[in-house]
Amino acid sequence: MPTVRVSVTLKPSLLDSAGRTVAGSLQHLGYEEVQDARIGKLIQLEVDSVEESRIREMCQKLLANPVIEDFSFEVVG
Amino acid sequence: MKVAVLQFPGSNCDQDALKSLREDIGVGAEYVWHDESSLAGFDAVFVPGGFTYGDYLRCGAIASQSPILQETKRFANEGRPVIGVCNGFQILAESGLLPGALTRNINQKFICDDVFLRAETRRSIWTSDVDKVVRIPIAHGEGRYIIDADGLKVLEDNEQIAFRYVSADGNLDDSANVNGSVSNIAGVLNKQGNVLGMMPHPERATKELLGGIDGLSILKALSLVKV
Repeated sequence: MPTVRVSVTLKPSLLDSAGRTVAGSLQHLGYEEVQDARIGKLIQLEVDSVEESRIREMCQKLLANPVIEDFSFEVVG
Repeated sequence: MKVAVLQFPGSNCDQDALKSLREDIGVGAEYVWHDESSLAGFDAVFVPGGFTYGDYLRCGAIASQSPILQETKRFANEGRPVIGVCNGFQILAESGLLPGALTRNINQKFICDDVFLRAETRRSIWTSDVDKVVRIPIAHGEGRYIIDADGLKVLEDNEQIAFRYVSADGNLDDSANVNGSVSNIAGVLNKQGNVLGMMPHPERATKELLGGIDGLSILKALSLVKV
């Protein structure tokens, strides 16, 4: 059964306050090279068949909110 | 006037809403479960706060796909009054009935406090009687209103900004913007003005026992609508 991996991320123009907190924590641990962190979601779908237009539809209708998020997907198996 | 107070798994302000509508606004109110698909017999909809479906995926995202929300969209498009408070606002935004989106508060904290609001338009039934700064409680972790510059301009041009966070004396300043919302926005209207979404809880400010009655000026719209 094919697996589709959907990743959803906050649009780059938006402040990711959770990501900023994580970046600050990494810096605090001594990883000064970390300038920023962005947190997204990984949603793995097990599907009977892969039809790209339908996957895109799922992302637009439910998995991502187009006002604040971008999405991408890949078939991984 | 009979108001449908929608209930989802995870709603937790449904009882507050029902009681304040019945006892303090003096209108009829009944619960309607999320898998119902009819609003027959109702004249208005109140989408209460909570953590519907555990706020999985995004706040309000799953609830926005429920049967009762499809019916609520149809109902709203007939021009009838709909209000969403807190998680209810998130649900209405996710459903597309209202523009924009709600995201994590800028300070990462769940904020439980009183805020001051100024009505930015009087053209909607929801704001027509809000003629002074009101003090209303908030309780949310994800209330930072987001909309892009073009969307904000549309809101301003159409007078769709219902409420902004302001100081006690009504001034628009950054320190009043508790959650970091775009342009201090606390509540928005749809284009027609019959649908209101707001993060603050007017139903928690309808009797002195609750600490204030400023919510009355918003919710009493429901007692004025001719049905």
